[in-house]
This record gives sequence, C-alpha cells and structure tokens, in this order.
Amino acid sequence: MTTITQTAPAVAASSRPGAGAALRQTMTLAWRSMVQIKHNPMELLDLSVQPIMFLLLFTYVFGGAIAGSTGDYLQFALPGLVAQNMLFASMTTAVGLNVDIAKGVFDRLRSLPISRSAPLAGRIVADTLKQVWAFALFLGLGLVLGFRVHTGIAGVLGALALLLAFALAMSWTAVLVGVTAASMEKVQILMFSLMMPITFTSNAFVATDTMPSWLQKWVEVNPVSHLADAVRGLLGGGPVASDATISLLWAAGIAVVVAPLAVRAFRNRI
Amino acid sequence: MGYAIQADGLAKRYGETRALDGVDLEVPQGRLLGVLGPNGAGKTTAVRILATLVRPDGGGARVSGFDVVRQAHQVRSLIGLTGQYAAVDDALTGVENLMMIGRLLGLTRADARRRADGLLDRFALTDAGGRAAKTYSGGMRRRLDLAASLVGRPRVLFLDEPTSGLDPRSRTELWGVVRGLQDEGVTVLLTTQYLEEADRLADDIVVFDHGKVIASGTPDDLKAATRGQVLEVRPIEATYLDLVRRVVADVLDVTPEVSQGQVTAPVRDPAAVPAIVRRLDDLDVVAAELSLRRASLNEVFLALTGHRAEDEQQGAEAAA
Repeated sequence: MTTITQTAPAVAASSRPGAGAALRQTMTLAWRSMVQIKHNPMELLDLSVQPIMFLLLFTYVFGGAIAGSTGDYLQFALPGLVAQNMLFASMTTAVGLNVDIAKGVFDRLRSLPISRSAPLAGRIVADTLKQVWAFALFLGLGLVLGFRVHTGIAGVLGALALLLAFALAMSWTAVLVGVTAASMEKVQILMFSLMMPITFTSNAFVATDTMPSWLQKWVEVNPVSHLADAVRGLLGGGPVASDATISLLWAAGIAVVVAPLAVRAFRNRI
Repeated sequence: MGYAIQADGLAKRYGETRALDGVDLEVPQGRLLGVLGPNGAGKTTAVRILATLVRPDGGGARVSGFDVVRQAHQVRSLIGLTGQYAAVDDALTGVENLMMIGRLLGLTRADARRRADGLLDRFALTDAGGRAAKTYSGGMRRRLDLAASLVGRPRVLFLDEPTSGLDPRSRTELWGVVRGLQDEGVTVLLTTQYLEEADRLADDIVVFDHGKVIASGTPDDLKAATRGQVLEVRPIEATYLDLVRRVVADVLDVTPEVSQGQVTAPVRDPAAVPAIVRRLDDLDVVAAELSLRRASLNEVFLALTGHRAEDEQQGAEAAA
C-alpha cells in the first residue's frame, strides 16, 4: 500500500518511443507469448505433436509404397514436411492475434504509450522462435530415424533462414486472416482449408512426375515445391540457387500483395 | 485548462449507423462523469475515441489538453482504459499480467514487480497473484483488469461498463475501488447502463441516446426529472382496458400507455393510487394486477426522450 498513493504518473507525457524502446517493448510482448508455454506445457506438445506424428506416419506408412524404402523416403520427405509444418505454424500468429482482438487485450495494448508495431512484432518474434523449435525437432528426430545431412552446419542454417524468411512473409497472411475472421474457430478452419491443399499439391511428399499432367503444371509453380526442393538441396546437397531464389521471390510477392491488405483490414477492424 | 476531458461535436459513423452524432463533453479535473445510456447509444464509441483507439469522423477531443488524434501518444501516457471485457491474458498469472504492462511502460523488472505487488494488494488479489488469470472468478478478472489500467498511474481513467455481468457483491467491491481513485484525484469517465451505479458514483451524469447527449446534470437533477413512480394496471379481461385507461387518465391527469394487456402511467403522487382502486371497484372492474414501482431506466428514457430505449432498434431500422 506504500507505492500506490503516489499520484505522479509513472510515465511522462512525451513524444513517440524511439527504436530502442520499440525493440524492448517487442521483446516484452514476445516474452509474454513464450511464458504462456511455461504455464501450459501442453502448448509445447501442440507445437511438437504434428512434426513427430507426420514424420513417423509418412516415413513408415507411406515410405515403402512411395519410395520403395522408408530410408529413401525419409531423405526425400523430411524437407517437404519441414516446409509444410512451417506453413501451418505460420498461421498460429493468426489464432493468437484473433484471440487478442476478441478479448480486448489488443485494445489494452493499443491504449498504452508504446510503439504501434510492438504488439504485432512481439507476437511474430515469439512465433518465429516456435518455428525454430519445430525445425530443430524435425531435424533431431529425422537424424535419429536415419536422415542424413550431407552439407554441414551452413546448409542447416541456410535452410532454417530460408524457412523463416518465408514464414515472415506468410505472417502477413496470418495477420490478414487473424484480423478479418470472426472467431478463433473460423481462423482454424480457414487456415486448414487453405494450407492443406496448397502443401499437398506440391512435390513435398511425392515426385511431381507421378501426378496427372494438369496437376504437374500447378505443382511446378507451387512455392511449396520450390521451398521443399531448396531445403532438400541445403540439407542433402545438390542445386539450391534456383529453387531458393524462386522461393524468396514468392515470399516477397506474397508480402507485397498481402501486407497492404492486412494493414487495411487491421485499420478497418480496429 | 481545468478540463481533464473535453470533446466538441464528436461524430463517428459505422456504415449507415451514426454511432456518435455530435457529442460535447466536459469533465473537470478530478471529477467522475457517468455516461448513462442503453446498448448502442454510442457510449463505447465515445470511450474508444477518447482513449485514442478510434479516430472520430468529425469534431475533436482533448485529454488533459492533448489532442486525441494529433497527440495520441501523449494522451496514451496519461490515460488508463478498462473495457467492457476483462482484457487480461488468461494464460499469464496476475503478477505477470501487471508486470508485462509495467515493463511495456519502461519500468525496470524490479519496479514492475513492486508495482504489480502493490496493485494486487490493493485489489485483494495477492493470494491469487501467482495463479493463471483463467482460474479467476469474473469479479477477480475485472479487478485485475482495472489494476492493469492503473499500472501507469493514469490521471484520466476510462471505465467502459466495468460492472456489467458482475454479481452484486463484486459490483459493490468495484464501486469501492472507483471511489478510492476519486479520492486520489483521478478523473474518471465511467459508462454504465445502471442508473443506480451512476447515481452512486458520479459527480455529473450525461445521458446518451442515438449517439447524442440528451440530458446532463448532477444525479439529483436527473432524478428530479424522473422522480415519479410507475403504475401498472392489468384488468382481468382485455375488454376493460379502455375503461381502465380512462380512469387512470382521469385521476392522474396524464396520457397512459396501453400495451400487452396493461395500462402504464407515471405517478407523481402515490396518494392518487387508492382513488384509482376505488373508481375501478365502483365500476366492477377486477384488476388481475395493480402495482406501483420505481421508474426503470426505460422510463427514465421515456421521460427524457419521449421514447423507450428498447424501441430504438426499430426506430433506427425504420430510419435506415
């Protein structure tokens, strides 16, 4: 009861926060997202179940049928699974944002004298850390199951960097969905029905030449295909430049188209 | 200076709806303004504009002399906001919720912790401080929410229906907290649908309707305008409705309202009621129900606006 009787405001009326303050506020809000995992370890399980389950199911159920051996298939499919999981995980930003807006937490943050971008940036930083976790889990479990990295640490870091760059571009889509959807359930349905067909109509799990020719045309364009091939090259060796470039161009294209839409939706909703 | 909150001609539309249609407000430093009105009257929109969450389409407002649009950052450093829904992070503990705000406001970890502990103590949440907010009761969540809006020691506090959905005990507790803030000289703008709440807490009251201020004054002014009670008579048979209406009109010298099988009329002097009973008795009209009750918020609106609060939706639709 000693501190609260002071009436002087803790925060002086001042102009907008500088870059240092904005960064600190972003990290505080990232901490907020991460500390939720501490209280709710189930959330870590949520982040981990899909990578583990998909890796095991695809390797041992489809591996023999698709590639003739589970070992060969693991080497082929793991990069595809990594890319798919990154896209799914990028949508968690949408769910968190939607819940914050619905519950009024976002309004509270916006009523504080903090950087305008910190609430979004903090969430994206935290979700990026979760991406790193999922990537490490895939790679760790993959190595145990027999996946081999033929390139070394630079290749692994390169793959991670490429995936995170794509995830950042996708987070604009997540913002758009999170802001426009009426409820968390709708966000989940929307992202599932968006991500499922996009990730499966790629070369992530099956070689392109096994598909009908009309589908092949799309698969060759699909950014997930290029992403999966680039990660294959970065981890397993082989050509990288062309697929990595196309993946990054896609990422840039998505950001350029979706970011203004997301910002506009954001302004309209709030 | 002098005014902590000042608004001139605030206007805001959402599509066809005029949420605010030229609202003027003046709240002197250290006073509590109660904003009373039904759902959809524009109360929340006004709060959101004053708290810099929404830009007005027309008019302007200042908080402690700072413009809510052009000097939004300065305004934010002086205000606290507690919205209609407890805006706390369910997954975080009480302490963490408050520390997060403190850290965002630039306090060191140790200062943020001290501030959080002090506020939890004040709001009787110390024991629950280490628990996730999702385990809190409705009243506890509201108190934590209010505590969160006080971390920055606001000079001006916006409370948007802070007690809606609370049980009577939690409501009374929250009123106590608001009074404490008034004693500290914090200027408060509180919106409510409850006449009683405005009556208990407010220095001044404005009544919102259709995005406009339709009445303002002290609680006593407002009560004087709507002091009367309301008489309701329901004859046992609907055929007597007109007869009842004429008797009530004659005795009370007003124009009663007839709807849903009953006659309703404002009563200035309760002593007139026995006369109505006698007249009905003489006419052999049996009343299934005859009651005298305090004017409800609806009747307050009826008295102030000439229409009932619940007719608004239909009115708005007809106008659209």
